[in-house]
Amino acid sequence: MTKMSVRDKLAILSDAAKYDASCASSGSAKRDSRKGGIGSTEGMGICHAYAPDGRCISLLKILLTNFCIYDCSYCINRSSSNTRRARFTIEEVVDLTLQFYKRNYIEGLFLSSGVIRSPDDTMGEMVEVARRLRIDHGFKGYIHLKTIPECDPVLLEQAGLYADRLSINVELPTDSGVQRLAPEKKPQTIRRAMGTVRGAIEERGERTIKTKRKPRFAPAGQSTQMIVGADPTPDAIILKSSAQLYSSYHLRRVYYSAFSPIPDASAALPLMKPPLMREHRLYQADWLMRFYGFANDEILEGSSDGMLDLAIDPKLAWALRNRHFFPIDVNRADREMLLRIPGLGTKAVAKILQVRRYRTLRLEDVGAIVQSIQKIRPFITAAGWSPGGLTETENLRVRLAPQPEQLSLF
Amino acid sequence: MSEKARQFGEQFTVSLESETDFVGWRAAARALALAGTPSSAVTFLTPSATSQSLFAEASSPLPRPDDDVTFSISKVFVQKAETASHHSDPDRYNFLYHLLVRVLDEPNLMKIASDSDIRRLEAMVKSVRRDAHKMHAFVRFRKIGDADATEDDGRYVAWFEPDHFIVEREAGFFMRRFAQMNWSILTPKGSIHWDRETLSVGPPAKRSDAPADDATEELWRTYFSNIFNPARLKVKAMQAEMPKKYWKNMPEAALIPDLIAGAENRAKAMVAAMPTIPPPTHAAIRERHWSAEMDDTGETPPPPADDLESLRKQSETCRLCPLHEPATQTVFGEGPANARLVFVGEQPGDKEDIAGKPFIGPAGQLFDATLEDAGIDRSTVYVTNAVKHFKFQPRGKFRLHQKPNGDEIQTCRWWLGQELKLIDPDLTVALGATAAQSLLGRSVAVTKERGQLLESREGQRVFITVHPSFLLRIPDEKRKAEERDRFRDDMIAVRELMAA
Repeated sequence: MTKMSVRDKLAILSDAAKYDASCASSGSAKRDSRKGGIGSTEGMGICHAYAPDGRCISLLKILLTNFCIYDCSYCINRSSSNTRRARFTIEEVVDLTLQFYKRNYIEGLFLSSGVIRSPDDTMGEMVEVARRLRIDHGFKGYIHLKTIPECDPVLLEQAGLYADRLSINVELPTDSGVQRLAPEKKPQTIRRAMGTVRGAIEERGERTIKTKRKPRFAPAGQSTQMIVGADPTPDAIILKSSAQLYSSYHLRRVYYSAFSPIPDASAALPLMKPPLMREHRLYQADWLMRFYGFANDEILEGSSDGMLDLAIDPKLAWALRNRHFFPIDVNRADREMLLRIPGLGTKAVAKILQVRRYRTLRLEDVGAIVQSIQKIRPFITAAGWSPGGLTETENLRVRLAPQPEQLSLF
Repeated sequence: MSEKARQFGEQFTVSLESETDFVGWRAAARALALAGTPSSAVTFLTPSATSQSLFAEASSPLPRPDDDVTFSISKVFVQKAETASHHSDPDRYNFLYHLLVRVLDEPNLMKIASDSDIRRLEAMVKSVRRDAHKMHAFVRFRKIGDADATEDDGRYVAWFEPDHFIVEREAGFFMRRFAQMNWSILTPKGSIHWDRETLSVGPPAKRSDAPADDATEELWRTYFSNIFNPARLKVKAMQAEMPKKYWKNMPEAALIPDLIAGAENRAKAMVAAMPTIPPPTHAAIRERHWSAEMDDTGETPPPPADDLESLRKQSETCRLCPLHEPATQTVFGEGPANARLVFVGEQPGDKEDIAGKPFIGPAGQLFDATLEDAGIDRSTVYVTNAVKHFKFQPRGKFRLHQKPNGDEIQTCRWWLGQELKLIDPDLTVALGATAAQSLLGRSVAVTKERGQLLESREGQRVFITVHPSFLLRIPDEKRKAEERDRFRDDMIAVRELMAA
């Protein structure tokens, strides 16, 4: 076999990495290179480019290798696939990361890998990439390591010393889904690894009041990803699963990845268009749980099929099912209530709370604070404004749903 | 405030030294505001505006405020005004003075987000910050110097076109990030240069001053085109964050039209492709790595183990009830296999679920302390739970403990029964109602049967007391102390039973 060029390897191993949704580079400890080395992280993530799929490119997201002993039917790298295989050396990954970083293409590295030989061998090499970057090159940029759950906990410990973020994919929203589509993976092993990471973060991150020391172990926390649409799990179960994951492992994020067509797909899992709108609605619902005080079982309460409405956002859908809750008085209601109003985000709510200490808000004032007052009007009262029967009108959903794009015969 | 300026209807013109001469604006604005000058009587000019006007206007002499008159203003105003002063709006300094006069009159104005002037200020601030953020993101350095030289020997030069006057303002970001590199960022609004020690600011530059290529860009383009998923085309989402105006200075952007044009056919081809036959390596991998995999689904009780360690191993894959799915792991009992005394709690909590060990959370710590008080050597006893998976309700970042139901207790009794059979202790202590129910096979009112010596389903001796978490939940301090004493007395009774 002739030797493959770095460029060929990069083509194969970035193509193989694109099904991981995360590209976050935010929320880590502050570092810079004024005392040596290269790079910085300042808290806010930076998206250095966007691909035509609308996804941010913040990190060099690649696999160390796409050879893999697992046979997960949704995955391009499964052992039964005929995809082209490649393998970076540790040094090649380190070089690429530094070359890209110095030209300001990236915030850092997101390294994942297929599993070769054994989980420990593969994880050991990934940790070595991170170690060389951090120690040998003084790299202060962002490192995200996709952790192999079956590896020795000692390797997890080391990974957390060099990486900003660790992530372990739960793969699918339910254990039965994992059993069916990723039969070699063990959901308990995955959860136990996430538990180990949470334990390590808590142990190293305990701050004393005096020093306020930033956590040194994976300072950007841990995250996970689940594939949506590869199995028939309804959204209500997905959200329940997310809520359990957030509360159990204190995750920064759960990523939802719409099951996407891959080259050389498995006969066991027919392809379809990726459910992008569903994925979007799940993220909105996830936000409702994390920032708007919604319990996971509240979001789809009263829905017949446990699925999020694709035509309207989940907060509006909830409001339409719970009209007795409205209208809400923007001059009196507390924060928790204001957050329930469709079309009002957390920033707008903060502004309303501040302004109303000095002025009584009229509808126009609310309109000046928010993006669009149309969606909000039926759900609030303000000085000189009451929606009257508007809140109860039958066709409110139709009036508030975005109009589908006009199509014409061609 | 002085009324002089207003009386004469005097007009003031202030020429600022540079586009970003906020310090000059601030000094002039302070003097003018102290003199009570209305914003209609003041015009601020920046160099670009001055050079465009027919008469290069000199600054008018500013009113001299009385020495003893001062004023202070909200810090937020100063910060936001400073940021807005970098905006390219030629009217910005006049607007900021107008706002200053208003804020002096209405001290809470900065907090009125619905006010139209505040909205204008916020929009300017946001636009400057966005421009700065895009500069951090979209600057692309090209390396000049000997191609064979090490990476650090070269100089990295970028051409960037910001909307606002932000080049100097953002120098710090690049200095912190690329402190050990030599670099220059050239823009039509000025340039900055760093030589690993000092920053120098230069005049506006031209695109042709920057290098035309860098060999690494070929690799970067390879990455850009391969990380794109053609099945997820979302052109609008891309352009919202990376507007076309930036594309001409980004080496990867030239690929975008072709990637978009080919996307639909690539996605269709993937869906239409027929499944292939797995490569020969697949069978070899299965033979080597997965042939020994056991098919233990954990859905039925395993054959009884001969020793405690094997039993613990078996319990790891337990799926006898639905509690295993949300929980992290089976939390099996802990302690010597030849223990004479066994304590049974209810179920693991949050801490136990993560660590995989029983009795390490707050209730476990209280339990340990009480045993010590009562003179029982913790290292000689075996501790376990009636239910071995944590049952909880998620609440944001926390998990609320939920009581296991009768079915769950009954199902998990199989494991507890095996543990007790293998250990065969002299005495088992049920901590709380769940443990008592599991051991006795009936529902137990702990308050009534506390302190009694009863018989388990298998005929072993069982002592009933409360669960230590009950003590933690008592809000009244006096009652809490009383209950702790009672619990300690129970433990002393247990010790005496063991000694008897």
